[in-house]
Amino acid sequence: MKKQTIARLLAGAVGLGIALGAATAQATPESDRQAFIKHYTSKYPNIKVEDYVYGALAFEEDSKAQYDAIMEFPPFEAQVEKGRKMWETPFKNGKTYASCLPNGGKQIAGNYPMFDEAKGKVVTLEGAINDCRVANGEEAYKISDKNTLGVLTAYMRTLSDGMLMNIKADTPKAMAAYEDGKKTFFSRKGQLNFACSSCHVQNAGVRLRSELISPAVGHAVHWPVFRGGDNLVTLQNRYTGCFRQVRAVPPAEGSETMNNLEYFHSSLSNGLPLKASVFRK
Amino acid sequence: MNALRRNVLKGAAGAGTVAVAVAAGLLKPTQALAAWNKAAFDAKNVGDVLKGLGAASPADTRDVTIKAPDIAENGAVVPVEVTSNIDGTTSIAIIAEKNGTPLVGNYNLAGGATGFISTRIKMGQTSLVRAVVNAGGKSYTTAKEVKVTIGGCGG
Amino acid sequence: MAEPMRIRATMAGDVADVKVLMNHPMETGLRKDAKTGQLVPAHYIQEVSATINGAAVLNAEIGGGVSKNPYLGFKVKGAKAGDKVVVSWSDNKGDKNSAEATIA
Repeated sequence: MKKQTIARLLAGAVGLGIALGAATAQATPESDRQAFIKHYTSKYPNIKVEDYVYGALAFEEDSKAQYDAIMEFPPFEAQVEKGRKMWETPFKNGKTYASCLPNGGKQIAGNYPMFDEAKGKVVTLEGAINDCRVANGEEAYKISDKNTLGVLTAYMRTLSDGMLMNIKADTPKAMAAYEDGKKTFFSRKGQLNFACSSCHVQNAGVRLRSELISPAVGHAVHWPVFRGGDNLVTLQNRYTGCFRQVRAVPPAEGSETMNNLEYFHSSLSNGLPLKASVFRK
Repeated sequence: MNALRRNVLKGAAGAGTVAVAVAAGLLKPTQALAAWNKAAFDAKNVGDVLKGLGAASPADTRDVTIKAPDIAENGAVVPVEVTSNIDGTTSIAIIAEKNGTPLVGNYNLAGGATGFISTRIKMGQTSLVRAVVNAGGKSYTTAKEVKVTIGGCGG
Repeated sequence: MAEPMRIRATMAGDVADVKVLMNHPMETGLRKDAKTGQLVPAHYIQEVSATINGAAVLNAEIGGGVSKNPYLGFKVKGAKAGDKVVVSWSDNKGDKNSAEATIA
């Protein structure tokens, strides 16, 4: 049973991987996004693209009903509240995150990850918050620290609820970072020899053992998630999990490889509304 | 993933041990807890829970409905809603049959509270979730199976 | 345990729909701390009660089988907008918490 599933995964990946790879040789982020959506919608004509933000839940009513029940009064509210207090506490110099980030930090999360031409690299939202800290004489938080940067980002993202994802890659350097992220997404890795795309493109909506696999479009809009109700997981934490699940050594969270992957991956959700934070199993 | 499952299982089994510790004087319950139905919460099987609740042989009914998932997204947090359409419902108990200590809660209704309770429960493994309703001095029951799987992509 | 409890109470027809989120670890006593390997001591809410304008509407006994940060929803017929809902809990260590809200 397991062998069959894996064999099917691999077979599917070869055909579609080549098709997408060929189509994206001269691609723009927008044409890539369209190609992904065309792939999913032709496979699942009855599932609305706007429901992709629910991930695998979009494919199963029973799961979505549990999500709705839990989101009615999420068990992680106290953690987001902790993030709010961190957000509102001024730095030692009296300035705040709001005074440091564009637009007071509101309705901006959908612009991240952003390619910073001056730095010549991708800056994630977590990176921007840390840059803000450093600029105000505070120490940067560890990028994967759930209790600091995690809850702070969880609150900060609520200030962008409803904003449409709006990732841009419109300069040669930005496109190079985007292409690097795309390469990571489509490259096979690990002992299982899977790419991100093996599951989340070719097999989205398919069961892998007990798990329904989510489409890559819509993935990036709702992080961090609170798994099991209160375990905060950032998008890059989740990438780490994915790498491990295919028995690959994950790149460090906050590394250029991870940031470029997040850049490419987030642009696939362009046009979809942000929602922080959400429950996942 | 296995660690999670173990923890959930332990979590489900834990309440009984606590009570033993309380009985042995290791923990000091306060006076306020005197009314807590220790016998029912300590019970390790459904029969003993029902006895503890004073509802040893409840009648099956279709007038009580349980809204719970077919497959739990996560056994640590399973949304369960019980609605009793029996007139004069005075209490609703929720039981996760295969939990180490199956009784999850017993909700006594008064003063206009309708026969409705919504909560989230821990489940160690696939089992029936049972509701026991008291109305007019009689007890009624219904159950729904909830499957609990391990793991989860969380995507 | 200073974490506040949250209550939302709204009228739906002639029935008040009350939703409560309590902040509590609901430790059953047999879970091991992943880092230390030591058992996390039992710590869970045992009793939850609710009143509307001072009159009891719900008196619940719960155990460690209720999820962490317990959620409780119930409905009360005959309540009206402006009525005061008070929800209190006490746990196995004798900790207590209480919160109130006005039905909207």
